This record gives sequence, C-alpha cells and structure tokens, in this order.
Amino acid sequence: MEATALRRRLSWQLATVREITAETDRTHSIGLDLPDWPGHLSGQHVDVRLTAEDGYQAQRSYSIASAPTDERLVLTVERLDDGEVSPYLVDELQVGDQIELRGPVGGYFVRRPTDTAPALLVAGGSGIVPFRAMLREHGAAMGAAPIRLLYSARSFDEIIYRDELLRIAARDGIDVSITLTRSQPPGWHGYTGRVDAALLRQVSWPPDEQPAAYLCGPTGFVEAASNALVGLGHDPGRIRTERFGGT
Amino acid sequence: MAVTRGFHGRRRAEADPARVPPGQYVTRDFPVLSAGPTPRRLAADWTFTIRGAVDEPVVWSFYELRALPATTITTDIHCVTKWSKLDTTWRGVSLDTLLADIDTSADYALAFSDGGYTTNLPLDDLTGGQAMIAYEYEGEPLTAEHGGPARLLVPHLYFWKSAKWVRGIELRDDDEPGFWERYGYHNYGDPWKQQRYAGD
Repeated sequence: MEATALRRRLSWQLATVREITAETDRTHSIGLDLPDWPGHLSGQHVDVRLTAEDGYQAQRSYSIASAPTDERLVLTVERLDDGEVSPYLVDELQVGDQIELRGPVGGYFVRRPTDTAPALLVAGGSGIVPFRAMLREHGAAMGAAPIRLLYSARSFDEIIYRDELLRIAARDGIDVSITLTRSQPPGWHGYTGRVDAALLRQVSWPPDEQPAAYLCGPTGFVEAASNALVGLGHDPGRIRTERFGGT
Repeated sequence: MAVTRGFHGRRRAEADPARVPPGQYVTRDFPVLSAGPTPRRLAADWTFTIRGAVDEPVVWSFYELRALPATTITTDIHCVTKWSKLDTTWRGVSLDTLLADIDTSADYALAFSDGGYTTNLPLDDLTGGQAMIAYEYEGEPLTAEHGGPARLLVPHLYFWKSAKWVRGIELRDDDEPGFWERYGYHNYGDPWKQQRYAGD
C-alpha cells in the first residue's frame, strides 16, 4: 500500500459560507468558498477552528462531503446535543459567515476512481459523509469498480442525502442498501435490522472477491461491523475504519 | 486570529487549562480510533520483541513480561483528533526495564503492532520513565479495543504514538516514518506544540 505523504504545510485559511442545506433536522451541509484549496481525495477530512471573542478556540475534524470533482467544498455536520462545536455549526452558522479550516487531512481512508477492487462502504449515521464524496466522484469520473453501500440510519427522516442516494442507487455500478433500525415508514422495502454478520453476508461481496471495505460511523457500530466482516472471512488488511469517537 | 461570529465556546469548568494542550478538549469517554479492525489475540499467543540494531533480538512472552517489575502511572493522554482524557491510570513495564540489558547504537525506534500498524519515535522518548508497555488500564486487563493484550504508552506525545496491540520495537540508526507519519501526520507529535501534521 502506497502512502502519499503530505509535503505541503497545512495552513489555516478563512472559508466563507456560501450555502447551507438542511439534510435532516440535526444535520446540515455547509458549502464553503476557500481562497486556496489544493484539492482532496474522497474520504479525507478537514480541521475546523472556531474562535470566541475572548480568544478561546475550539477545533474539530469533519469529513469532506463533496467530491474532488465538485466545484465547492462541502462539510456535512451532525448536531451532537452535548457537543461544543457542532451545535454552533448547525444552529448558528449563516451564509456569509467565515470559519477557519485547514486540510485536507488523511490519506488512508480514501478511495480513488481508478481503484480496481470492488468497494463495500458501510455507514452508520453521519458515517455516510465521506462515502458521499466517494459516490459522487465515482459517478463523475466513471469509476472502474462497482460499489455497494450499506447505510444504517435510525429512521427514514434521519437518512442523510436521502434523495441523492435514491438517485445514485439507480445508476449502474452502485448498489445502495439502507437499513432503518428504530422505525420504518409504512411500505418500507429496505432492511430493518442492525448491521450484523447476516446482513453483511447478504449485502457484501464474498471474501474471495477481495472487496475493499470501508466502515465509518460511531465507535461501537464500526467495531461490531468490522468484527463481523473479519468473522465472515474478510482479510482484516482490506478493511479500513474511520471511527467517529468523542463528542 | 479570526473571531467566529456568534461562537462562545464551552469551557469545561473541571478542566485545568494548564493541563489541556492547545486545540484539545476534555472528554470523559474513551474514544476508540483505529485504522482497521481490532486484532484479537490471546495473551498466551502474544510476545514482545526488541530487534534491529541489537546483537540478538530479545523476546518476552506475555507471562514473562508480567513477571517483570511493574510500574503504575496516572497521566493525561492527548489524541490528535482533539480529545484529551485526564487522570488515566495504567500499569505495565517501563521501557527502561526492557532496554536495561540491551546494548545499542540506535537513535530511533519503530514500534510495530498486530494488524500492521507502525509508529516511529526517537529512542530518547522511550527512556527516562517516559514510556511503558501497558497491560492494565484502570486496574483491569487492557481490552482489545484499547490495544490489549498490551500497548505502548508514551503519554507525552499524541496518542497515535502509543501503539495499540504492540508486538515489539525495532531499534534503528535511521528514522523510518510509521503508518500515520507516512500519511501526513507529524513525525514527532508534541501536543504542547500542536505538532499534528507534517510541517506543524
């Protein structure tokens, strides 16, 4: 596996909010203009830094939701009720505001459209965000290998990027499976259980097809799903995880 | 410094700012952050090896390690993903104990782990009571999620240097970047200097 080192120093820059889209009640996508964005790989993240009037600062990392082929950098942020930064970004931030960020960061949890292994993407809740970048890029760049997404959300109203995912699901080369774990609307034809070995066996390629697996979501979700994949015989070295820890 | 309109922040009253490095926030959880699945190895199958710029590699079984004099430390830990956790208590064997009888010219160490993870440190950062191979956390055996059977603990650096599932240390004359270091993270990782990424 080849690592691409970031030789460039990551400097803070002031991004201007150009667009805010409510994805769900708790989750907003924030479209940003930056003076100097070097481009990114699907799956990378940025660090955001907020500064209070007395100089107090808080930093957090957010996955990039936009594809490298998109014209604007987008972050999608879920409000964590006990959080310090996400309630500001979801409830307070307005078009025209400026926030500092630097990036892109990371180079392991990434997918390139030229990757030849089929990809299994497993998302829990806001863990869908880096996969949206991968799916968009796959569509724009006519990605070579097929992708299967398994997305676990609590309810229909909490599906982030719902309309876009339904559109993407109609494309060749991308399968989208959604499981709703707490409540389902009448007539729901998708899955209803938690992501476990049985559901992963149903949705994913068999291990001998050597898919590249990417898992993103809350710690417990990723831990359970990665253990299940290993239990099904998938090579641990082909399973990449991004655990959203902390608050 | 750009003031963010309408942002006030939330200082944690219980957190002593002198103990929280810049850009960090205090959490009471213990988040798990790993690049892949959690390796699950029985202590009976675990060994720790010091190899590389030494006459002969030295290997300890888990039980041999447990039989060595142990130290307990209570310390703060700082993850590059911005969380810090205060007053965490670990028990294990100091690297000073493991390196005591080893003669080496090496200046650098590359820790290696189950699952293929590596991370590099100057050898000086593993000695002088600064690092241990920890097998207990808060009085309990270290769980697999947190790096058990044993992990490297180097709390004065960002926590990715404290390799989980550690299986040994390669002593080197040259500095070989480890896993995250090759992906753009800082080569040294001092939280008090905010050395998060290359060039910081």
